[in-house]
Amino acid sequence: MATGVQREVTPKAVSVRGLTRRFDDRAVIEDLDLDIEPGQFVALLGASGCGKSTLLRILADLDRDVSGEVTVPRKRAVGFQAPRLMPWKKVWRNVVLGLPGKPNRERAVAALTEVGLVHRVDVWPKVLSGGEAQRAALARALVREPDLLLLDEPFSALDALTRITARGLVDEVWQRHGCAVLLVTHDVEEALALADRVLVMQDGKIGYDAPVDLDRPRDVTDPEFQRLRAELLARLGVH
Amino acid sequence: MTTTPERARVQPPPSAVDTVTLTSETARKGDRLPRWVLKTISPIVLIALWQLLSSVGVLEDDTLASPWTVVQTAAGMWADGSLQSAVITSVIRVLAGLGVGLVAAVVLATLAGLFRRGEDIIDAPMQMLRTVPVIGLIPLLIIWFGINEEPKIILVGLAVTFPLYMNLYGGIRNVDASLIEAARTLGLGWFGQVRHVILPSAMPQFLIGLRYALGTAWLALVFGETINATSGIGYEMNKAREFFATDIIVVCLALYAILGLVADMIVRGLERGLLSWRPAFSGK
Ligand SMILES: Nc1ncnc2c1ncn2[C@@H]1O[C@H](COP(=O)(O)OP(=O)(O)O)[C@@H](O)[C@H]1O
Ligand SMILES: [Mg+2]
Repeated sequence: MATGVQREVTPKAVSVRGLTRRFDDRAVIEDLDLDIEPGQFVALLGASGCGKSTLLRILADLDRDVSGEVTVPRKRAVGFQAPRLMPWKKVWRNVVLGLPGKPNRERAVAALTEVGLVHRVDVWPKVLSGGEAQRAALARALVREPDLLLLDEPFSALDALTRITARGLVDEVWQRHGCAVLLVTHDVEEALALADRVLVMQDGKIGYDAPVDLDRPRDVTDPEFQRLRAELLARLGVH
Repeated sequence: MTTTPERARVQPPPSAVDTVTLTSETARKGDRLPRWVLKTISPIVLIALWQLLSSVGVLEDDTLASPWTVVQTAAGMWADGSLQSAVITSVIRVLAGLGVGLVAAVVLATLAGLFRRGEDIIDAPMQMLRTVPVIGLIPLLIIWFGINEEPKIILVGLAVTFPLYMNLYGGIRNVDASLIEAARTLGLGWFGQVRHVILPSAMPQFLIGLRYALGTAWLALVFGETINATSGIGYEMNKAREFFATDIIVVCLALYAILGLVADMIVRGLERGLLSWRPAFSGK
């Protein structure tokens, strides 16, 4: 099968057909199919090492050593577990890095305002706290006005309180921007608090795919929330 | 006898805890002598001792001129202009050699660091040549370039090329792959990655190389100027040797030291300016 990532206008935000990725003859992703609607918030769960990051990197066009067909939006943004800011650039320059034309300070300030970081526009990344750095990375993603936002465990390095705030922020900006989101997480409650749809990856495929039809903001005490939570935990092999 | 065993465990007697009182470091620093005073005390003591040994006749002028004689000689050399012209000649040689070496090292290290082909072609010979002591090349340089300025400048150039090359090449190769990946997701092409990620991340290592290179530059110059020259600090020193003029020799050594310090200060200034983004540790 020919490799390569093709791009065209489709009604889907993401369309994956028969995707396979091997590392030294071991297929981590095997014949995987996945569609994501525009504007849909999808959470991807799965045991550690099952290939979630591998899938996300393929969708981010960081890995083309694949077979199968992958269609993704031209405008994408990625948030990693670590903020990955350039330490030698002031925060605002990090935010607009890679945008065409001269670095536009106003655009950076607007994006940083959105994530509550206006007071940190002119500092070096080294002085940011973990939560602030992750918010700067989110601003950097949003300023690109992506049609698809790929997030790989973006909250997992944050402390519990900061994580709740950051989670709320992602919810908020997603509602405002309306981009499709693929959030990789290992936290079932986080997935159910944010997503329209949850996926569980298993044996190199999407092994479980279910909608989350709960009113927003999500209520943890809702019996339906509890039921989905129990079902997902069972799927993940936690009883 | 009345206390229960549980109570005794929960409340140990105060004397059982070994405590330390933590005082503010800034406050403690404030009431000590300023650092520049501490730094100047030991050199002053050494010079005073040297003067004393000369005055009582333990050190003779033929062995080592006294500090006071050295100062007078320096003043005399300044008055007749020989000091200035020697310094200018030597500084120009170092700057020219540094310029040549800098261009060579940056071009070679960038090619070797950024391109696999460049690495194959450039890095292996550089690693081999690096082991040749530069000073050993002087006879060849004289045969090839005569005894004018060229061999001295090339000697300095060669001496700085290797430390600059090694550090810049290492810096480029040590770039954090996760930042390169982030840059790719931001839409930066190869050129943008070089400009915004690879070169800035190699800068600290490059400046370490520059600092080291300046040291080797002066060393190479001393050799170049004492072996074959008609001007410059090294020449003055060599001439003085014939007359046992230890005062002039000491003046020249002091000049080398001062110029070396100035060069180091310039690099430190560059580091402060270019590396302020780094979470630096400045020492206690
Ligand atoms: N570059 C690589 N080379 C070899 N094996 C890899 C590479 N990247 C990932 N893998 C393997 O692929 C599997 C899935 O990894 P990953 O996608 O990171 O899992 P996770 O679901 O925890 O994000 C793991 O077994 C990992 O060892
Ligand atoms: Mg992962």
